[in-house]
Amino acid sequence: MMHTPIAEAATQVEPFVELQKVTHTYGRGDKKVHALDATDLRIEQGDFIALVGPSGCGKSTILKLVTGLISASSGAVLVAGREVGAEPVRVGMAFQNPTLLPWLNLRDNVMLPLKIVEPFRHEYRAKRKTEFRDRIDALLAQVGLAGFADKYPWQLSGGMLQRASLCRALVHEPQLLMLDEPFGALDQFTREELWAIMQDLWLTRRPTVLLVTHDLKEAAYLANRICVMQARPGRIIEDSTVTFPRPRTIAMSYDPDFVTLTQRLRELIMNARPGKETVQ
Amino acid sequence: MNPQLRRRFASAALIIGFFVVWELSCIAFGIRDIVLPRPSQILITLWQRMPAIWPHALQTLYSTLVGFALGILAGVFLGALVGSSKLAYDVAYPLLIGFSSIPKVAVVPIFVLWFGAGTIPAVLTAMILCVFPIVVNIATGLATTEPELEDVMRALKATRLEILTNVGLPRTMPYFFASLKVAVTQAFVGTVIAETVASNRGIGNLMMIASSSFDVPLVFAGLLVLAVLGVALYVIFSFIEVRVTGWALRKDEFAMG
Repeated sequence: MMHTPIAEAATQVEPFVELQKVTHTYGRGDKKVHALDATDLRIEQGDFIALVGPSGCGKSTILKLVTGLISASSGAVLVAGREVGAEPVRVGMAFQNPTLLPWLNLRDNVMLPLKIVEPFRHEYRAKRKTEFRDRIDALLAQVGLAGFADKYPWQLSGGMLQRASLCRALVHEPQLLMLDEPFGALDQFTREELWAIMQDLWLTRRPTVLLVTHDLKEAAYLANRICVMQARPGRIIEDSTVTFPRPRTIAMSYDPDFVTLTQRLRELIMNARPGKETVQ
Repeated sequence: MNPQLRRRFASAALIIGFFVVWELSCIAFGIRDIVLPRPSQILITLWQRMPAIWPHALQTLYSTLVGFALGILAGVFLGALVGSSKLAYDVAYPLLIGFSSIPKVAVVPIFVLWFGAGTIPAVLTAMILCVFPIVVNIATGLATTEPELEDVMRALKATRLEILTNVGLPRTMPYFFASLKVAVTQAFVGTVIAETVASNRGIGNLMMIASSSFDVPLVFAGLLVLAVLGVALYVIFSFIEVRVTGWALRKDEFAMG
């Protein structure tokens, strides 16, 4: 038996997240929307994947399937080798909307996962005023929110809330981090600042990240792999590896190779928009 | 003078002005006590007959607070049940509206039939009058929780109970307290109605007896006691509301505390 070295490696590395012929349909009857068509996707542990594509291509659907918020119409979603939901994997999630709880200050908002997720919930009562508190203050300081722990969400700006939202997604040391356009509602400068913070958090903690975004520069800056999706029915049409060295900088985004990559992605997405193929 | 202080002064001036105009009108138009007593007469009556009024006031306060407490328990329980899902909310709402639109005075005779005249009908009337605002507000608060907040919790594999205690109920608190302010005054109405119809104690009964003997100043003294008690309870619950749900009003006092 002959094995190429590449095939050898592929069989040895067990994927952390695996979608096998997964489809998803919203609604029923006449209102049926075929959001995702037989999709295969393998993600290794500690990888950083970006999902890009036109609106309605099923990017967020993949995120929700992997998190277990919705279940697949057919096919299997495996996380850590087991059916999603059955696995004892910790998941962190951040959305475009910061979704912080308005009745809690930033510290208590970030503390929320520790109150709910094992093994932290066991020690919550004992450690919430000591170790957990210190850990959260350190994490808030890492994203530039030192001294804001006692503030309430309505006292802070959108960028600050999104930083806190990232902290909440990471505080329980999730193996899997789901980001659904977390920087989408921010201004350009705040966004670029948060990219650097996000990269820093990923490099120090190494969760497996799945990022949904509309911003191609963001995808190329942050991700190791970019999956381009097409709409109606949603499917992955291209899967490319990003090889720029880390830590990446904003200056790199003006590099010709970087620009070539984002332009190529842009063209792919323009062609993948719904209705486009009928025009051609 | 800051605007808030000025508003308070204006409110106080309006209240005092109201009584002054009342007093002067009675004198100017020569209105007799038996029709409309002057505020000063009412206060004098209140002072002189205090030993007689006091036990009745306590009785009314007691019935109201017990009925209110029962109303809160029942209201929170039913509200949580109705608000637990969109389906439960849609299914239960018509029945709820039906019940809440029954004139509550009409059920007092039924309570008297079941439990006899006295404290129990007053407590129960207070309860049913205050329970509906609480049920409707709790149910609405829970049913309108943003799905994204629930997604955050579900991604953490939180149980339904954890979602309810960490997101649903805290989010519902402003609705709950808004309903409590309405409910506590409603409970007073309930107690007084029942006391008027079927009881031998309480401010409602006192006013009933006073009016049948044309002791009009005493009737108005009873009315004043009711007003003072009602306002006091309203103020207490407003104060708790700001302390507990200041986040919804974006009060800085809340952020400090």
